[in-house]
Amino acid sequence: MVEKSIEEINRRIKEGNVNVVTAEEMVGILGELGAKEAAKEVDVVTTGTFGAMCSSGVWLNFGHPEPPMKMNKVFLNGVEAYSGVAAVDAFIGAGQLSETEGFDYGGAHVIEDLIRGKSIDLHATSYGTDCYPRKTLDTTLNIYDLNQAIMINPRNGYQKYNVATNGINRTIYTYMGSLLPNYGNVTYSGAGVLSPLSNDPDYQTIGVGTPIFLGGTKGHIIGEGTQHSPETNFGTLMLRGDLKDMSADYIRAANFHEYGTSLYVGMGIPIPILNEQLAQSTAVTDKDVVTNVLDYGVPSRDRPVLRKVNYEELRTGSIEINGRDTPTSSMSSFKKSREIAGELKKWVAAGEFFVNSPSQRLPAKATCKPMRQTTRNPLVQDIMAKDVVVIDENATFHEAAKMIMENTFSHLPVVSEDGKLAGIVTAWDISKAVAETGCNYVKDIMTKKVLTSNATDPIDIAARNLDMKDVSAMPVIDNDGYVIGIITSNDISKLFARRR
Amino acid sequence: MMIKINISSNVIGEPILAESMIKTRTALNISQAHFDSTYGEIIAEVETDDFKAIRKALESKGAKVTVLDYPIVRDEEECVECGACISVCPAHVFSFDDDWGIAQNTEKCIQCGTCIKMCPHRALSLEK
Repeated sequence: MVEKSIEEINRRIKEGNVNVVTAEEMVGILGELGAKEAAKEVDVVTTGTFGAMCSSGVWLNFGHPEPPMKMNKVFLNGVEAYSGVAAVDAFIGAGQLSETEGFDYGGAHVIEDLIRGKSIDLHATSYGTDCYPRKTLDTTLNIYDLNQAIMINPRNGYQKYNVATNGINRTIYTYMGSLLPNYGNVTYSGAGVLSPLSNDPDYQTIGVGTPIFLGGTKGHIIGEGTQHSPETNFGTLMLRGDLKDMSADYIRAANFHEYGTSLYVGMGIPIPILNEQLAQSTAVTDKDVVTNVLDYGVPSRDRPVLRKVNYEELRTGSIEINGRDTPTSSMSSFKKSREIAGELKKWVAAGEFFVNSPSQRLPAKATCKPMRQTTRNPLVQDIMAKDVVVIDENATFHEAAKMIMENTFSHLPVVSEDGKLAGIVTAWDISKAVAETGCNYVKDIMTKKVLTSNATDPIDIAARNLDMKDVSAMPVIDNDGYVIGIITSNDISKLFARRR
Repeated sequence: MMIKINISSNVIGEPILAESMIKTRTALNISQAHFDSTYGEIIAEVETDDFKAIRKALESKGAKVTVLDYPIVRDEEECVECGACISVCPAHVFSFDDDWGIAQNTEKCIQCGTCIKMCPHRALSLEK
């Protein structure tokens, strides 16, 4: 058994004879020497990751204005920061969007602009008190004007990420980027071999107080992150670092089309090799890190798992989905991850960065629960019209016109001989038939590509579909394609009006 | 070279493309095509020597021909070399080099703009 102490390793760092390698290099070393010799030989293994971490933000303290003010609402370049704490503290979150620029500019951009030393417009309002009489404030300041700018990221460094693809017939825009229709591409995130938590999955050395590389400077782990789920190998970390010392090389604002803003965070953790077990775990390879490919086309919390995949496969540039080679895109930068592990290695080798034992271990037993919801989601079946009138595709358009006139629906689902949905006609289609020659039957004038809904779909999903496709009604069909109802945007508006 | 051929609704029903190819004895390597009742758009590769002839033939039949000579531009300051662009490009312009940096072959670019929406760092553009 090889046993080394933190003190021993720190002494070597101080004396300049520490053996520090990156987690990528450790794979080869372990293969060559075996765990026992590798544990004797190597003192520190450095990891690194650089990817989108939405759950990031910065606590700012602006100093007190004259006359003083208890800031109630705070905007930085038009992006709201949370200020429900003391008078002049605020938290700017990466994902908050600008009130005026929307998707183009968000909290992440404010953070990057601060790091770059740019001037930021601060607008604040308040209700005024005896001790804080001021009600409005406008000023321009930069990072050097602030007392503190402390990055506190509630959830960073996920051990691994789910992989995304899309089975529906249109491109969807997600926090995993553009997902092309019909499983047209696959996107993934995470550093695999270099992933910090995958290199110490039992949290032997990674814990509260662990010094880390964060945004180009030294930061710390302050505990497990939100949604920490070690039992499913989705552990997370909560991090702290001084924004004033960070570099835009390692903290970058990002825009995900039609999704919002996020922050690319560069983070790396040094792992002291105290024993053989750590030598073994830091030799984790891309192949060892296995994750799930999910169909993001399904707008649900529980997305179907299409297959398992490891990072080695993802990095080849394509993986097989439903028998087809599908190109992969990384959303995180492996090149930058390497750079971070390399930079951290330099710091340790130069005697500038030491390791320590956590002052508290991270929870090894925890899972992430879904939300408890006390009100039931209204479903399509709750508000759809069930007494829907349908018309045979072989009927004439005169008959269709009559049916529309006699009933209150302006949409008429069309069924084929077997009674299944074949199309839809509206009053507009009928006027077109009147105006043009050669269209006598419903089947000639109906829209054949019909947007449909299922009775058990949540209303929010049906509403989004109506909105996206710009239609005002959808037939509701059962699993066999028979029409069992119709849902209109009118029904949905009424429901939401009642809720308010 | 890559060209874009636009066909408007008044001539959409006619076999403009086939006739032009036969007339000029020029091969168009079509990489993308979109047709419906209102317009047609084709992205194709053509030998530089054949370009003038095929353009003349196509334009005489009412098509509009544009040379796609302003391929995608990557801002290396903004780019973090994640590789998000790789899987969405229909022309395989982007790939990883040996050091996991981004390699690009902009000659293949068909200026569709799909990668612009994908890039989380707004590093890609089609501006000249």
